[in-house]
Amino acid sequence: MNALVENLPALLAGLGTTLFVLVTSAVGALVLGTLVVVARVSPVPVLRAAAFGYVQVLVNVPLLALLLLAVFALPDAGLIAPLVTTAIIVLTVYEAAYVAEALRSGINTVPKGQVEAARALGFTLSQTLRLVVVPQAARAVVQPLGNVLIALLMNTALTATVGVVELTSATNKVNLVQAEPITIFGAAGLVYMALALVIGLGAGRIEKKVAIRR
Amino acid sequence: MRQPETAYLYDEPGPRTRRRIRIASVVSLLVLAGALALMLRQFASRGQLDADRWTPFLSWPIWEYLLVGLRGTLLAAAVVAVLGGVLGVLLALGRLSPLRPLRWLCTGFIEVFRTLPVLLLIYLMLFGLPAYGINLPVLWKLAVPLTVANSAAIAEIVRAGVLSLPRGQTEAGYSLGMRRLQVMRAVVLPQALRAVTPSLVVQLVSLLKDTSLGYVVAFTELLYRAQVLSAYNRLLIQTFLVVTLVYLVVNGSLSALASRLRRRTTKTAAPVAAATPAQPGAPAVEVPRA
Repeated sequence: MNALVENLPALLAGLGTTLFVLVTSAVGALVLGTLVVVARVSPVPVLRAAAFGYVQVLVNVPLLALLLLAVFALPDAGLIAPLVTTAIIVLTVYEAAYVAEALRSGINTVPKGQVEAARALGFTLSQTLRLVVVPQAARAVVQPLGNVLIALLMNTALTATVGVVELTSATNKVNLVQAEPITIFGAAGLVYMALALVIGLGAGRIEKKVAIRR
Repeated sequence: MRQPETAYLYDEPGPRTRRRIRIASVVSLLVLAGALALMLRQFASRGQLDADRWTPFLSWPIWEYLLVGLRGTLLAAAVVAVLGGVLGVLLALGRLSPLRPLRWLCTGFIEVFRTLPVLLLIYLMLFGLPAYGINLPVLWKLAVPLTVANSAAIAEIVRAGVLSLPRGQTEAGYSLGMRRLQVMRAVVLPQALRAVTPSLVVQLVSLLKDTSLGYVVAFTELLYRAQVLSAYNRLLIQTFLVVTLVYLVVNGSLSALASRLRRRTTKTAAPVAAATPAQPGAPAVEVPRA
């Protein structure tokens, strides 16, 4: 227990980095993912193909490979940014693909007849999307998006492998000095679980708010 | 032109819309090509596109070196898939069991390991447990954390499959005089596993990606070999891009298989699925978690 109390500042700093990386890349991934899915359902073939390719590539390549590429390899091409920034960019780009998939599966839950009815009433594409599709897709999308955010939380730990001192890395460092793995790793595990729980409960509350009763 | 699957969102485009789509196509093509050209110019300005930086990857020894890594990746993935699959099914059954202590135990296990970063478990294996005299061979330092994490994910997929079956299936089994475990084994699980096969293949992709953590435990897999190779030949960008491409090919084929399976199962099983009321507490299986 003492090991935890003595090293609280280091662990809290790590938690702070984890939260910072989590929040910034979550916002980034939600924005980028939305853009990707808009391109994916747009009537423009080039944009559709580009969005499809983007998702396929990022869903099939390990995040760790992308992190190593961005942090260690790209500086050789003169592309270099501060470490944490690079990590956030990679996480954003990677998770955006999952956000896009979650949003697309939400759009697919809206029955075709709804859209056809809207079109029969003379709605334009943007009216159809704004007034008919998005409100109904929203409720199907909240839980999957929550799951993507939880996955993002777990993926922030991977930035430890390229040298970002976030919670997992800080935990490991403290343990190397104190050698009390059960207490120290257990505490870090509890923090991750608590964060995931917060995201899950938050998603549940939002879902209740946007749900359309049928 | 092939019709997109979301074509029902808009009316058949008239002449004016068609012209607008053409313009938008040209503009977006130009923007994408411009971005690509900028990136290539940046690469070229640092000599990263020089032929002698790429030709090594045409030689067999380098590929042999990387393919040994790929073999390690596939080996680790196979071990984790088999162990995680078995453990996952058992956990799912445990979570659905009427025995309260067993149910709580399995639920606890699943919920804990679904939310812990695998890297934390790996660090625990690498630096924590040796203090207690537990020091596994390097394959298992990777495989044990991955198995634990993936079994929790697989358990949730299997459970969703079981819950999505119409209740009549179980009831019919009982009315034939079968016991609970018999019903599970002979009636429910075969159908449930078939229904969730696409999701299981998607999980296999995610698992294969996870084996890249072998880089951390120094297990001979693709990414670790790439790291060693790039330290030796100093061709970092080229090596990592090539390895990324290998992952893309292997996982891309698996993903393609998953979506083909999904199309087939939704085609044959659609009426059953549509007739089933959504059960409360059934986790969503559609969206893969990275």
